[in-house]
Amino acid sequence: MIVSRREEWLGRILLVLLMLVTVMPFVSLFATALHQSGTYPSGLSWPATPHWSNFLEAFKAADMGHLLWSSVLIEIGVVPVSMLISTLAGFALGHLRPPGGRAVLIGFLLGLTLPFEGIIIPLYYQMRDFGLLNTRWAIILPLIGLYMPFAVYWMRAHFITMPDDISEAARIDGASTWQLFWRIHVPLSMPALSSLAILLFLWTWNQFLLAVVLVSDPLQRTMAGALGAFQGQWGTDIPLLCAGSLLILTPTLIIFLVFQRRFVSALLQGSLKG
Amino acid sequence: MHKRSTVMTGRREEDAVARFTTESRRRALSARRLRRGGLALALVAPAAVAYAIFVLRPIAMTVQYSFYKWDGITPSTWVGLANYVEIVHNPELSGSIVNAFELIVFFSFFPVALGLFTANAIRGFATSRLAVVSRTVLFLPQIIPLVAAGIMWSWQLSTDGLVNQLLRLVGLGGVARAWLGDFTTALPAVGVIGAWVLFGLCMLLLLAGMTKIDPSLYEAARVDGAGPVREFFSITLPSLRQEIVVCLTVTVIAALASFDIVYIATQGGPGNRTLVPGLEIYYLAFFQREVGTASALAVALMVLVLAVVLPLQRINREGAS
Repeated sequence: MIVSRREEWLGRILLVLLMLVTVMPFVSLFATALHQSGTYPSGLSWPATPHWSNFLEAFKAADMGHLLWSSVLIEIGVVPVSMLISTLAGFALGHLRPPGGRAVLIGFLLGLTLPFEGIIIPLYYQMRDFGLLNTRWAIILPLIGLYMPFAVYWMRAHFITMPDDISEAARIDGASTWQLFWRIHVPLSMPALSSLAILLFLWTWNQFLLAVVLVSDPLQRTMAGALGAFQGQWGTDIPLLCAGSLLILTPTLIIFLVFQRRFVSALLQGSLKG
Repeated sequence: MHKRSTVMTGRREEDAVARFTTESRRRALSARRLRRGGLALALVAPAAVAYAIFVLRPIAMTVQYSFYKWDGITPSTWVGLANYVEIVHNPELSGSIVNAFELIVFFSFFPVALGLFTANAIRGFATSRLAVVSRTVLFLPQIIPLVAAGIMWSWQLSTDGLVNQLLRLVGLGGVARAWLGDFTTALPAVGVIGAWVLFGLCMLLLLAGMTKIDPSLYEAARVDGAGPVREFFSITLPSLRQEIVVCLTVTVIAALASFDIVYIATQGGPGNRTLVPGLEIYYLAFFQREVGTASALAVALMVLVLAVVLPLQRINREGAS
C-alpha cells in the first residue's frame, strides 16, 4: 500500500510537470505580448509596464474583424453541407445497405489517410480553371470533398450500430424511408452529429495548406492561413506577433473551454475511428 | 411492445402464406431491393460526387502530371519515369523523405512511449480532480492551429527564448543556441514541436484504453506475484494494442505529411536540414515551376503513407480476431 501511495505521488508530479510543459509556451506568449512593441524581450519575463495596447494594435494590424468574418463564412460554407451529404451517404451505406455499398465504402476509405499535399497541385490548376483561385470557394469546395472519407465513414459507423428493431417498427407504422431518416434516425444521431460538427469546425478553422496555396489574400483565408501571413508580415516585431497570435487563438480557445467535454471525446473517438 | 409482437407474428404468418408463391415473392423482394438500392445510391451520390471531383480526380491528375515535364504554363512533354528517377538521385528530394522518417521518431515514438509511461503512472487516479483538469490542459495543443504551435515554439527555441533561459538557469548556458537555426539541432527541434502537439492526444487515448482493462486481471497478476514492470508488459501493453496502433497511425501520418509546423518554424532550413516532402512539393510546384517533379514526389508521399499505415491496420485486425 505504501509503495502504491508513492507511485501515485510520482504520477501526480509527472502529470503536473507535463501540464507545465504544455502551458509554458502559452504563458510565455502572453508575457511577451505585453512588452513594448519592437523590443526583443527574453523568453519569459513580465514587463515593467504591461503594454495592453499591443492587443489593440495587433487587432488593427491583422484586420481581425475581417479575418473572423472570413473564417466564419468558410465554416458556413463547409460544415453544414459536409454534414448533410455525409449523413445521407452514411445512412444509405449503414442502414439501407444497397448492393455494391461495400465497394463504395472502400472507395471512400481510400481517401482516409490521404495527405493533402498529395493532391494540392491538381487542386490549384482545377481551381484556376474554375476561376475560383483567390476566393473562399477555393477553400470551401475542396474541403467538402476532402472531408467525405472521414465523415461518411463516421456516419456509416454510427448508423450501422442503430438497432434494426427501431427502423422495422417505424416501417410497420407506415413511415417512408425519408420520414424514417428525418424523424427517427437523425434525432437519435445527435451525439455522433455534434462530434462530427466539432471535428469539421476545428479542421476547417485550422486549415493552413489549402489557404496558403489557393488563396493569396489573407482576408479571404481561414484563421490559420491568416496567421501564417501575419507571421510573414510582422515576424520581426516579436511582441506584436505574440499579441496577434494570441488574438487569433482566442476564438478557438473560448469555444474549446466552453465545449471541452464534447471536444475531448470527439477528438478521441475521431482518431479511434479514423 | 405487446402490440408490436403481434404485428410481427402476423407478418410471420403472411410470410408463411407467401412461401407458397415463392416466385412472386422473390420478384417483389428483388423489386424492393432494387428500389431501395436506387434510393441508397441517390443518397450516396452528392458525397460521392464531391469526393470524386475534389479527391479522386486530383489523385489521378497528380499521377498523370508525374510522368511529364511541365512548368505549369507551356505545353508539357512526356518524360516517363524520369521524375521518379530524379527523386532517388537528387539528394534534396530523397533527403526530404529521409527527414520525414526521422521526424517519425519524434512525432510518433516519443509521444507514444511517454504517453504509455504517463498513462500507466496516473492510471490509479484517472478520475481524480487533477487528472480531469489535465485532460483539458493536455488537449490544448490539439485544438490550436499547427501554425500557432509553430510560432510559439519558434519563439521558445530562439536565442533569447524560454528554452535557453531555462538552460542558463540550471547552468547549462553552454549548450544554449538558436535551436531551429543550427544544422545539428534543427530537425530534432522541429520534432520536439510535433511531440508537444501530439503527446496529449496519445496519452489520453492510451489512458482511455487502460481504464477499459478488467481490474481483475491486475488482481490476478498481483496474486501471482507479478511486479509493476511485469504487470505493464504482460497485461497493460497487450490490452492496448488497438490504442497503440491508432496513436501510431495518427502520428506517423502527421510526421510524413508535416507541412504547417516546418513552414512556420524553419521553411526547410538551415540548408535543407528540415525540408520535408510536403514543403518540397509546395516549393517545387509553385515557386520553381517543376510541376512534374513535384507531382512525382506527391505520388511518392501518398504511397509512403499507405505503405506505413496499411501494415499497422493489419496488426490491429489480427489483434482483434
